[in-house]
Amino acid sequence: MLYFIEQSLNGVQLGMLLFLLAAGLTLIFGIMDLVNLAHGSLYMLGAYFAATFAAMTGSFIAGALLALIATLLVGMAVEVIAMRRLYGRDHLDHVLGTFGLILFFNELVRLIWGPAGMTLALPSEMLTAVQVLPGVYFPLYRLVIIVSTLAVALLLYVLVMRTRIGMLIRAGASNREMVGALGINIKLLYTLVFGLGAVLAGFAGLMQAPILTVQIGMGENILILAFVVIIIGGIGSIRGAFVAAMLVGLIDTVGRAFLPDLMRLFLSANAASTAGPAFSSMLIYMLTAGILVFRPEGLFPAATR
Amino acid sequence: MRKALLATAALLIITASPAMPQQKTIKIGFISTFSGPVAAIGNDMRNSFELGLDHNGRKLGGLPVEVIYEDDLFKPEVGVQKTQKLIESDKVDFVVGYIWSNVLLASLKPLVDSQTFTIVTNAGASQLAGELCSPFVFSTSWNNDQTPQAVGLYMNQKGVKSAFLIGPNYAAGKDMLEGVAATFKGQIVGRELTRWPDQLDFSAELSKARAAKPEAIFAFYPGGAGIQFITQYVQSGLKGQIPLYTAFTIDELSLPRLKDLALGIPGAQEWVNDLPNEANKKFVADYKAKYKSSPSFYGAQTYDAVGLIDSALKAVNNDMSKKEDLRKALEKADFKSVRGSFKFGPNHIPIQNFYLQDVVKQGDDYVLKTVATIVENDQDKHFQNCHMK
Repeated sequence: MLYFIEQSLNGVQLGMLLFLLAAGLTLIFGIMDLVNLAHGSLYMLGAYFAATFAAMTGSFIAGALLALIATLLVGMAVEVIAMRRLYGRDHLDHVLGTFGLILFFNELVRLIWGPAGMTLALPSEMLTAVQVLPGVYFPLYRLVIIVSTLAVALLLYVLVMRTRIGMLIRAGASNREMVGALGINIKLLYTLVFGLGAVLAGFAGLMQAPILTVQIGMGENILILAFVVIIIGGIGSIRGAFVAAMLVGLIDTVGRAFLPDLMRLFLSANAASTAGPAFSSMLIYMLTAGILVFRPEGLFPAATR
Repeated sequence: MRKALLATAALLIITASPAMPQQKTIKIGFISTFSGPVAAIGNDMRNSFELGLDHNGRKLGGLPVEVIYEDDLFKPEVGVQKTQKLIESDKVDFVVGYIWSNVLLASLKPLVDSQTFTIVTNAGASQLAGELCSPFVFSTSWNNDQTPQAVGLYMNQKGVKSAFLIGPNYAAGKDMLEGVAATFKGQIVGRELTRWPDQLDFSAELSKARAAKPEAIFAFYPGGAGIQFITQYVQSGLKGQIPLYTAFTIDELSLPRLKDLALGIPGAQEWVNDLPNEANKKFVADYKAKYKSSPSFYGAQTYDAVGLIDSALKAVNNDMSKKEDLRKALEKADFKSVRGSFKFGPNHIPIQNFYLQDVVKQGDDYVLKTVATIVENDQDKHFQNCHMK
């Protein structure tokens, strides 16, 4: 039981990371109707910025804050320079355009930081596990990720549901033209939303950097999972993204933890340890397929436009 | 009509050229990974091969050399395409390289079918040492299970009673875990294979290792994944609790990024940068001077390929058509290896020593040091399954 709790915490931590990515993705998709494959590049940039600034300032926290500002600026610049050309066009054009951005950013990072990748080292106090319950040990840094993501989720909720800018964002999601007609600068609003999405992606990247190290293309695999999350959660819904991210994180981790042992009961040890990882990574996609069949709008569909 | 005549003339010239009496250059096709997160390995191999050619006056068997580098993109299906391209359209004399066992296994058939002499400088798929061995394929590295077998022996020496084994789910990962299990006398309390190459978060597996309460963990994670595994192992607070033993996880490429995290984590290797022989001293010193970094075992094995090819070409006076003689010359391995002595077993896999290496801090640098010889003149256990035709 204690072991199950520990594994669930691992799942929650993965879920938190996915939520950070999916929230930005779903905001941009839901409000701006833009498919942004380059979201993973912003995740990567967040990690590279954090590693660079942390090395320059000698402080993890200062590096992280500077990295957030830098990703915000890059995100807004990308919106102004590239994304504006894509609004109102077909989704396939979005895919093509943002895929081009992925290649662009990968090469840019290779030019600036070189191909070898970077390390964002944690302060040595973080290199330990804490006892969260009697007998349940959990890496302190992963706990920090869970707590700080929860704080970000709360902030995001307050921002979208309780502030004037959040009201405008929601209004823009339901009826773009009307918001524009009421004298709101919709262009600026879009730039802000895209910047917000970029910051969320950058935050995910920099929080994950000490665990996974910083390298070119690090955002591409995780982006697939983030898309799965917004499909399960319902496109445009932040609440849906949160629930779906937790679901996907838990299924992936708990599957990895228990399926191989389960399969050993009716397969040879060798076959089970080979098939186990393959099968557990299929679980998420089986869930996605099920959702698409029975609830194609996702678990929490955003209000229809 | 004139066009047709011209075309015929051109065709004649093209078809006539291979009939030139003597081969003027030696063409080498080199396959490794030069892009993505594991490009550091491919670059180290290329650097070492180039350095080897420099040391040889840019010649092999006295003939000028042309090397065609191809990137396998870390994927078996790309590796086999590039291999076919090197054989069929570049018509290379030798193919050198291969980091990954799964890429090598996918590429083996075109190499063997075309009777192209191949020097594998890293990948050590167990099948290659056994049933898939070929008269045309040689390895300057090892068979996958030899290094972990040495780690298993060392764990016995340290009196480890139980162990948890973990590695990636592909050809080499399976061989490695088999390897430790073959020599380790204690109890194996868990055996995990993780998704490869995209799984980089090992939280679930590390929790599992903690719950299994072993006396030691054995891990095999080559390239960037090794950095991630060790980082997460330390972050989970396990470093002080359950010692880690490794194969191919800590090397000169990962060490500059792991730094303190890698201190005190032992591994086994057939080559360590401080091996006290002249060839090795020259290799390591010149590599550092030329590339401003330290070579890894990937590079050392690839550097040896230069000497091996050169010695064999000299023995047959550069006559590539005498395949049987060339094979025999390669089998003699009459060159100065950076490992000191070097000889092949009947399956063209080296019979060699395996050393215990440890991470030591020297000033601001972190280096790998030879601590002891774990096993001498080790031969892989698959050679009896090899029936060369």
